[in-house]
Amino acid sequence: MLIQRASDIPSSEITPERLYSNRREFIKTASSALGTAAVISILPGCMNSSASGTAQNKARGPYDTDEKQTPYEDIISYNNYYEFGIDKSDPIKYSKNFKTKPWTVSVEGMVKKPATYALEDLTKGFAMEDRVYRMRCVEAWSMVIPWMGFPLAELVKRLEPTPSAKYVEFKTILDPSQMPGQKPSIFGGGLHWPYTEGLRLDEAMNPLAFIAMGIYGKSLPNQDGAPLRLVTPWKYGFKGVKAIVKIRFTDKQPLTAWMEASPQEYGFYANVNPQVDHPRWSQASERRIGEFYKRRTLMFNGYAEQVAQLYSGLDLRKNF
Amino acid sequence: MPKLNPRWILKPAVFLICLVPMVWLAWDTVSGNLTANWLEDFRDRTGIWTLRFLMITLSVTPLRRITGWHSLIRFRRMLGLFTFFHSFLHFITYIWLDQFFAFDEILKDITKRPFIISGFAGFFLLIPLAITSTKKWIGRLGGKRWQMLHRFIYVSAVAGVLHYYWRVKLDVRDPVAYGVLLAVLLGFRAFSRLNLFKPLVARVGSEKSA
Repeated sequence: MLIQRASDIPSSEITPERLYSNRREFIKTASSALGTAAVISILPGCMNSSASGTAQNKARGPYDTDEKQTPYEDIISYNNYYEFGIDKSDPIKYSKNFKTKPWTVSVEGMVKKPATYALEDLTKGFAMEDRVYRMRCVEAWSMVIPWMGFPLAELVKRLEPTPSAKYVEFKTILDPSQMPGQKPSIFGGGLHWPYTEGLRLDEAMNPLAFIAMGIYGKSLPNQDGAPLRLVTPWKYGFKGVKAIVKIRFTDKQPLTAWMEASPQEYGFYANVNPQVDHPRWSQASERRIGEFYKRRTLMFNGYAEQVAQLYSGLDLRKNF
Repeated sequence: MPKLNPRWILKPAVFLICLVPMVWLAWDTVSGNLTANWLEDFRDRTGIWTLRFLMITLSVTPLRRITGWHSLIRFRRMLGLFTFFHSFLHFITYIWLDQFFAFDEILKDITKRPFIISGFAGFFLLIPLAITSTKKWIGRLGGKRWQMLHRFIYVSAVAGVLHYYWRVKLDVRDPVAYGVLLAVLLGFRAFSRLNLFKPLVARVGSEKSA
């Protein structure tokens, strides 16, 4: 497979500017990265990765974009996380006391090692990597986020799905006492909880598919999906199921929360595709947070090199 | 009504109150209280205030009938013009900040997307009403024709609520609430046309004018 890096922004533009213009922030980031390392030091390899600093000054990996990273403040204050409220500014307010420790993940279905795992055991031995990915929301805005975590493929391999497994399904925690958006409402209006997402197993094994446990070298803020969330940068952001408590391997295509709510508007694949509009708005362009002018949306959000082969022969207009 | 001369005290007061939502938006802009996607805040807040002013404007007639405060009519034009002001800002947000005058894109939107069509319809229907809002125009058109023309505000309001309903991603509770409010406001007019309120209105009217 040919792996190419986006080169539309000179690499000279990236690191220094933010660092020199924002030294204090950098120091804060770096010191709390050390804090993170201490907290999750049960994960060997994590120390190395975190202690070496933020994603900003690390050597760029083959999947990282060179584009200007969205400021930390924006990533933690502008969130779609309906469990904590419909407004973008709700999650930062209502997720403050969300409990992520202890955390267990139940692994079910067509898998050789079904069990309820403590998060520490589930991720034991995984080296924490930084990944700078574009994130394109179905609402036509986008960000560039330096994630920290591990490839989903490693986790799938560890859990050993049986040969009959074709899909993997993820569920967010269901806890209305902590998530005001999950409380039943007389007039309805929400999604069916818990939030459910899924991938084809070959999509899950793609090296881009990622489980994030941090951003900017810090542990993941609650409003961004702590303690662990899915990141599939070639798909619309809503595929990135947050606060995962259940992973189920199955031979049937999972019914995702958005498909259930509005099947004519949201499909299983949800691949970023500028040629296939949302029934009610265009997907041809997007507004990068922090930019004034819109930019054109790229096929598979610019990750065609890595993922296009997954969909050869598939009609992307029908399988949106 | 208070004894103050409404022309000189109340009207400027109401005018200033009507400016509050956009002053508030301007304040949030300069003080950094908007979200990371501030353009969306502009779009949503000018839009929702258009609908709110539409509802307030459409409440004038029912309120007059119910309360007997007939002098409320003095504020109707101003409230209508504030509706237009907010819809204009909302429209500009779309044309300029959202689409950057990309008329091919805008044309595609108008021809393809119901929520854009209803938004355009709602806005453009308000233009002739804003233009003919002066005394001069009432005289020029004649009271009856002027009134006929200004009934387009009903159509504009329906288009506005549909525009909102079609735009939200999932939670239609707010658009439905506006729809219900509009149904009540328009229903009141239909009912009084059919004289279903006659006994009530007559009673209240005679008490107040007595």
